[in-house]
Amino acid sequence: MFRRLHDVEGKPVTFTVDGRSATARAGDTVSAALLANGVEVCRTTPVSGAPRAPYCMMGVCFECLVTIDGNGNRQGCLIAIEEGMLVETQKGARAVAVDGRAGAGA
Amino acid sequence: MSHAQRREEPDVAVVGGGVVGASIAWGLARKGTRVAVLDEGDTAFRASRGNFALVWVQSKGLGMAEYAAWTKRSAEAWPRLAAELKQETGIDVAHQQPGGFMLCLSDAEMQARIDATKRLHNQPDMVKYPYEILDHAETKRRLPAIGKDVVGSIYCPLDGHVNSLRLFRALHVAMSQGGVDYRPNHPVEAIAAEQGGFNVRGPWGELRSGKIVLAAGLGNARLAPMLGLKAPVKPSKGQIIVTEKVAHFLHNPVVTVRQTDEGGVMVGDSQEDLGFDTAVRNPVVSVMAERAIRMFPLLAGLNVVRTWSALRVMSPDGFPIYDQSQSFPGAFVATCHSGVTLAANHVLALAPLIREGALPPEFQPFSARRLHVPSAA
Repeated sequence: MFRRLHDVEGKPVTFTVDGRSATARAGDTVSAALLANGVEVCRTTPVSGAPRAPYCMMGVCFECLVTIDGNGNRQGCLIAIEEGMLVETQKGARAVAVDGRAGAGA
Repeated sequence: MSHAQRREEPDVAVVGGGVVGASIAWGLARKGTRVAVLDEGDTAFRASRGNFALVWVQSKGLGMAEYAAWTKRSAEAWPRLAAELKQETGIDVAHQQPGGFMLCLSDAEMQARIDATKRLHNQPDMVKYPYEILDHAETKRRLPAIGKDVVGSIYCPLDGHVNSLRLFRALHVAMSQGGVDYRPNHPVEAIAAEQGGFNVRGPWGELRSGKIVLAAGLGNARLAPMLGLKAPVKPSKGQIIVTEKVAHFLHNPVVTVRQTDEGGVMVGDSQEDLGFDTAVRNPVVSVMAERAIRMFPLLAGLNVVRTWSALRVMSPDGFPIYDQSQSFPGAFVATCHSGVTLAANHVLALAPLIREGALPPEFQPFSARRLHVPSAA
């Protein structure tokens, strides 16, 4: 769906999305990096399970939530992609760790 | 029923369209009573939109055993209320009654809780219901997410919670489907008893009704004396924090922390006497958050999405007021700070009595006459 502008420079950055290796450009937000890699659904909602994708890209709508390096509900559009970052799309509610054990996903 | 017919004189005018007024109005309408609800509208303080949504039994009624019994009765009727609202409106109010905990963070707090619970249950005529005093280990077994600072807890299997915003909506849908003439933006300025009924006036005009029920929350303090009643209620500010939605880790309500059906965690139960101030103040919210994190350390990693405050409707002794006017039969007042817990009673028990026209002697302890103690010379 998205193509990069030719005149935007940036060093290649390697990261992981849902276990797959992917490449972005330095300066991309996590959301931009996902969209550039064809990941168009970043989560499903906790209440209805409807699919969601980044919408406002400026920190307002909270639709772009993803799990970054194990922390759920991070706003992908406000966080710059970094080398080696582990990004996961979210299914339902963010998992929490209870008493050191991994919390169950929704 | 056509709109024109509905605008005719109702059998009962209910002043106030919050959870208390809507419960009574729906309870009346489903028995066939023609009801008009005069509601202030969106400028109302509206505890119905700001409350913590517990259906709570334990700890209530120290000083008035009848209130403990009334509360227990409503908690027991709640499954029926939830089922009937679902049937009537299709709205699931997410009522759950898995038992609730009061967590204590120091030995002194625990001892104070135990003493208060024992005093409550030792009252003459106290209704019987089970509760357990649990140490840290047993509390941890039942609530694995608690932190090391939790000394122990008191558990009561009758306690539960609900989605109170959906309850509010379901009551309004039920009212509408039940033919209630709901009139928003109808603040009430004056009420006068006329022959065989009441005349209610506001900037919108006037309405005649056969009976009248004051369920106007904090507004009852002003309205009740117009009908020879008293309801000296005052605001008690409560502040609430709600977090992002997360996977369910807390399946029982704790009196100050609960995870909603949709996954958000609410932290609440501050109490301040600051008049009609509804600003959110950081010092209080910080203490609430700090205590909640000691109870459930994982909360420290969650994002807060909103904080707000609302005003409880508090009588001088904290107990509800249900009263009928001696001078103007047919005029009633109903006010309490637990409109969610008591919703089942208001729909299923109180409304039918108002329809009949009188509160029976069992309601005498709830009369505001209990508050008329002459001051010492």
